[in-house]
This record gives sequence, C-alpha cells and structure tokens, in this order.
Amino acid sequence: MRFKMTDQTYRLELKNIVKSFPGVMAVRDVTLAAYFGEILALVGENGAGKSTLMNILSGALIADSGMILLDGNEVRITSPRRAQELGIAMIHQELALIPQMSVAQNIFLGREPLQVSGILVDTKKMQADAQVIINQLGLDFAVSAIISDLSIAQRQMVEIAKAISIKSRVIILDEPTSALSERESVKLFEMMHTLREQKVTLIYISHRMEEIFSFSDRIAVMRDGQLVGVEPTGNLSINSVVQMMVGRELKEFFPKTETEIGEIVLEAYGLRSGSRLKNASLFLRRGEIVGLAGLVGSGRTEIARVLFGADPLEAGEIIVAGQKVKIQSPEEAIRLGIGLVTEDRKAQGLFLRQSVRSNASITLFTKFSRFGFLQVKKIDRWIRSAINQLNIRTPNLEQHVGNLSGGNQQKVVIARWLALNPQILILDEPTRGIDVSAKAEIHNLMGELASKGMAILMISSELPEILGISDRILVMREGRLMAEFSRLDATQDKIMQAATGQLENAGINLNE
Amino acid sequence: MNKKTLQRFLSLVRANSSLVILLLVALPISLLSPDFLTGNNLLTVALQTSMIAIAAIGMTFTLITGGVDLSVGSVAALTGALAAGLATKSGLGTYPAILVALSAAALVGAFNGALIAWGRIPPFVATLASMAAARGLTLVYTEGRPISGLDKLFTFWSSDFHGIPIPLFVLIFVAIVAYIILHRSIFGNYVFAVGGNEETSRLAGISPIKIKFGVYIISALCAGLTGLLLTARLWSAQPNSGTGLELDAIASSVLGGASLMGGAGSVTGAIIGTFIIGVLTNGLNLLEVPSYNQQVIKGMMFIIAVLLDYLLKSRLKKS
Repeated sequence: MRFKMTDQTYRLELKNIVKSFPGVMAVRDVTLAAYFGEILALVGENGAGKSTLMNILSGALIADSGMILLDGNEVRITSPRRAQELGIAMIHQELALIPQMSVAQNIFLGREPLQVSGILVDTKKMQADAQVIINQLGLDFAVSAIISDLSIAQRQMVEIAKAISIKSRVIILDEPTSALSERESVKLFEMMHTLREQKVTLIYISHRMEEIFSFSDRIAVMRDGQLVGVEPTGNLSINSVVQMMVGRELKEFFPKTETEIGEIVLEAYGLRSGSRLKNASLFLRRGEIVGLAGLVGSGRTEIARVLFGADPLEAGEIIVAGQKVKIQSPEEAIRLGIGLVTEDRKAQGLFLRQSVRSNASITLFTKFSRFGFLQVKKIDRWIRSAINQLNIRTPNLEQHVGNLSGGNQQKVVIARWLALNPQILILDEPTRGIDVSAKAEIHNLMGELASKGMAILMISSELPEILGISDRILVMREGRLMAEFSRLDATQDKIMQAATGQLENAGINLNE
Repeated sequence: MNKKTLQRFLSLVRANSSLVILLLVALPISLLSPDFLTGNNLLTVALQTSMIAIAAIGMTFTLITGGVDLSVGSVAALTGALAAGLATKSGLGTYPAILVALSAAALVGAFNGALIAWGRIPPFVATLASMAAARGLTLVYTEGRPISGLDKLFTFWSSDFHGIPIPLFVLIFVAIVAYIILHRSIFGNYVFAVGGNEETSRLAGISPIKIKFGVYIISALCAGLTGLLLTARLWSAQPNSGTGLELDAIASSVLGGASLMGGAGSVTGAIIGTFIIGVLTNGLNLLEVPSYNQQVIKGMMFIIAVLLDYLLKSRLKKS
C-alpha cells in the first residue's frame, strides 16, 4: 500500500526545538522535517516528549527556542488559533466535539456560513458543504446525524472532516486508534491514505507497532526529549524501533508465565444486560488468564461490568466458588473477591485531582481501619511496598495522580486491587495508551498474579496482546460469545474471523 | 524576581491562599482603624464569626461531594425556635429540649439527603425547597413572634469564660470533631472520593448514596448548632434568624478553598474563610461604612477572591 514519494520538498520543518518545564527538559534540540503528502509516525515511550513536540506544533505550547518552517517560510505559532490559520490541525485523544450537535454543525462550529441577512445560519449551505467533505473522505454517515449517536471511530472521522474543512496542510493525530477496533483502524488508515494523495502531511503518535509498520511512510523515534532517529519504515523492524525507544533490547514482547491451572472459581450462564450484552456464558479458573476479544461494542466491557455488579443483570446466573450469587453493586462484587480495572482510566478508574495515596488506598480503607478511623501508618506502609512492587514512578505519595504517565496511572489502579487480593481480577484494556516497558511490566504482573492462583479475565482490542498472554481466548460478537480457542489453537486470523462473523461456530459454542 | 523564586512564591501563596487573603483584608483595616487590633474588638469578631463558622464547616462537607445545602439558614432558625419553645413552654427542661431540636435538624438533613441521594434530585433544588419549608415550619411554630424567657442554662452558651466567648470553644470542639471525621475517618475519605469522581468511587466499592445522605445530615446538625448559639446570644428565638446564613457559609467555604465542583475543601479552610468575612464586616463597621454599601463590598470581595484563586491555579498549571 505504500506509495512513492514524488515530491521531495519539505512541507514542514522543525529546527532545534527546545522546551523545558520546571525540573524537566521535555524536548531537547529536536530537528525533524516532514514531506508533502506523507504519513509520519512518531513513537516513543510516554514522557519521551512526543506530545510536547506536537503541542508546540499545534500552538498549545510555545517552544523556548527553535524555528518552525511551513512550506519553506518561517512561521510563529503562538496559539492553537494561529496554528489553525496556518493549516495545522491536531486531533486529540479526547475528542472535542459537542455531543448534542449534528455532524455538520460540529464541522463548521464557529465558522457557520450565514444567510444573506448576516444573522441566521445558512443550514442548507452548511449541510451541503459538510456533505462534500464527507464524500471526499468516503464516510458513510449522514451530515445531520447527532454526534452522540455515532461510534468513537465515526466521531474521530468527524474531527478529521473538521480539520479538512479548514484546509489543513498538516494534521496531527494523537493515538487515533487507541479507542478503535482493528477494523475501524483500517478504515481510518484508508482515509489517511486518501488525504496523503491530496498532499496533506499526516503525523501520528501511536504505540501500536503493527499499525505503524503497515501504514506509515517514515517512523520518527523519540527518547528522553531527543529525536533518536527517523527512517523510512521499510528500513526498520519492530525490534529495532523498540530498541531505539527504550534504549535497550526487550527480551520478549509478550512474556508468558507458565502457570498451573486450577479449579473453576466463577461460572456465568446466559448473561444479558442492556442492548449490548445479549447472551454470554463463560467460566474462569484459578491461575488462568482468559483473553476476551471482539470488536469495540461487541459486549466485552458489558460482561466485565455485569460480573462486577456495575450494571444490572437482566438475565442469567453467576456462580462464584460454587455458590449461586446475585451481584447488585461493586461493593458486593468486592466482598465476593472480584476486582475490576476499568477501561476508561480517567473517567472511571482514577480520582485525577487527588493524590497517589488516595487513589491507591481507596479500596483499603475498610481493611486498614479501626472503629471507622484510618490507620494512616499501615496504609502508607502498604502503599510504599506496592509502589516498589509495581515499580510505580512517582516523586511522592502526595503527587496528583493526573500528573503521572499513563502507565504509572494504570499501575496505581492495579495497586488498589492488590491489597484486597481478589480471587478474580477483570482487566478491561489494561494497556491501552501505555508505553512499551510499562506494558511489559503489567503483563508480567498479570502472569505473576495468575501463578499465585488468581483467575484473570483480560479484555483487549490488541490481538498480539490477547494471543501473547492468554491461556484461553474467548471471542465476542454482537453481544454473544462466538468462539473459544486454546492458547495453541488461536491465531490472529481465526479471532478476527470470529469477531467479524466470517466464521460461524468456531471452537466450542458455549451458548448451546 | 527571577522565575524560580516567583514560582516558589506563587505556589506558597496558592497553598495558603485563604490565609493570604485574610492578611490582605486585615492589613489595611488595622492601618486605617486603630480600634481593630484591640483585644475587645478581636473577641467581638471571634464571637460573631464562630457561630457562622460552624455552619460553614457543615457546608464544606456538602460542597466537597459536589453538592450544596441552601437550607442551613432555615434549619438554624427552626432549631433555635424548637429549642426555645420546648424549653420555655413544654417543661421538658433546657437540655432535653436542645437535644430534641437538634434531632429535628438532623431529620431535615436526612430529608435533604434522601431526596438527593435516592431521589436523584439536584442538591440545589432539594435544599431550596426545604429552605422554604423549614422557614415556613419555623413561622408556624413561633406564630411569627420571638420566643423569649430562656433560662441561664441556655444563655450560658453565649456568655464568656475569662473573657473568651463560649461559642469560640464550641467552634473549636466542632472543628476538631469535623476535622477527624473529614480527614481521618473512612467516611471523610469517601466524601472526597465521591466528590472527586462518583463513578470511580462506585467502581471502587463505595456507595455514593450513603455518603451523600451522610453529608446533608452533618450540614443540618452544624446549622442547628449555629441556630442554638444565635438563640442563646439573643436571649430569644427569632423566627427570621439565620436569613442569609447559606450565602455566608458558602462564601466562607469557597474562600477557604472548597471547590464548587466538588472534590476539594477543608475544615481549617472553612474557618479561615469565615474569619475573612468576619474581619471584613467588622472593619467596614469600624470605618463606619453604611451597611447597605457593605453588602456591595462583600459581594465584590467574594468575586475577587474566587477569581484570584482561579488565576493562581491556572498560573501554576501553566508554568
């Protein structure tokens, strides 16, 4: 799918960019150029300076020194608005659309075409203009559709349409695929290729190596605020990029700890909840890591929420340690020895404005208290040992958890559950948006917990992760469990086929 | 000043912003009025302030959960009226009457809490309604007239101990208890958690409903205590006492660092916040500013304080 670059002049040049924050040099003397019509992947561990560099480019931050050239002319990007005027758009992980408004309204927000009167919005023209862009991008939803009715992937497309509508010459995408399923990602990349043919320069930040290697033209690697290298994708391998990122060789991408699989601790039959989860049965065993795959929206998260008592169960039966149970709240689930690491870290996993201490200890209060009062010293002692065990990088316990990197935030959430030593731990996308080495640490930890007899259910959209660390793999599609594979039988293709419905009755059908 | 010192200075100011505001208010007043820094005047300020501070402490609990309690003024009036009425007319005895009155306050709080926690009614609406209802009950009970004739056991609570007003001791006691509950108990930690992120709290095994229910009872009990002290001080229960108390209590909490978005606030902050308002009011009186003009100045002062707080916060975030 790679095209030859016909035009070798630079669209964008960053020269000797430096940016420091109190105590950290976030970007040190970075010089990087991008061609007309190319897809440049920017990779690096969290904290490597990628986001800072892109924020400088999009006007959210101002560099301490350095120069930016656009089409050969020096430009001063002093605000996001100025960046927009220059044709530089950044699409953030947290999408900035207004959910109650239509696609067309969002695309033209703040720039609505007016009727002759000069007061009223010319809705017809706005919709027609939006339609032109939608067609140009080959999108399949209506311009009158309301944003809240669209999937995350579609919303992302709307953001891109918005960027196109302001005639962006450079579009920066910050981890665009972290919330997308593989199929949606492919669609996004097809669109990125269309844009590339229209001479748009695309820079995208990602942690997903497979994608980067299938879709990018060049890869730029950052480490500790410096540009370690930038090479045509064809000249690199996943291993060499990872080495450049971490500055050392990672032994194995997905280390698998061999564990002894014990008795069944949880069985669930015919689970149904809401419109997303229609019928699913599964069991979990001690010492076993079960991977739950499927497209986003296939009901995976809903299984986790139902088992944890976060959503009401409409039909079905749950048996924990041989006893039939009704789990009506997370409080009850915790009492039964079930823990959940949620998918959306920021909205559901963390108290962003509170300290590492509060975040890590919130589930411990009942354990470490006497007569309703906290035993602060015991709690602190426990947290310190957890910080060591999980290798959480934080200056102190008072640090706001929102200031930590994604990987460390996730470890804080996991720490919360460790003290309770649950029998069953459910992790929903535990490594989304997390850098390579933190990811490996979390995988190792899961292996370690399993070897101590914990039953683990891991939901993930990343097939290599699912294949790498699961003992058994379940695949969901449209609210139903479609297939089950053993570690040895599973392949990326088989899982994708089951998830997309191209393969009926794969493996054992649990719903019989 | 170089950048680093400025930053360190700013973060020090930010960490103690309410104390800094208190100093900024007290300084010009002490320069302009020689009477301000006298023992007698400061004790007067302490007396006036400590009663409001108790209500502000209760308010802080609700603000931390992201709620608000508008009914505190009416609850204060109702508690005072019930206590005075029962003590003087029913022959119940002063202390049993006070206990019954405080129970009634707790009941109003439980009613607010139930509406908000289980009924999912926005706190603003639920407590606005009970603000009207509790005031109405007070007027019905008192028939719109003051209840006087309180005995020594009652009025003792507005007297002084070697010149130090008893309400100040009550405030210190309430502050210690509230501090322990808010900053040392499970309940208090859950209050911060629910205000910080309700969904995260629920998924961590906390029941946000119980926590919300609890804070409105605490707020009402604090308001009730304020009402009792006001009654003791006036030697009678006034049906219209406590009017506007909610504004003072909210302003004090916010001046003391509580966030109207929830998740932040402290007992010491609430007390300092009340003292800011108390010192300002006292200063304006000493400077003989007409009371109508005082209202305007207080309103402006509140806005400036909140803006200042916001600016310092965003300045720190950027640097």
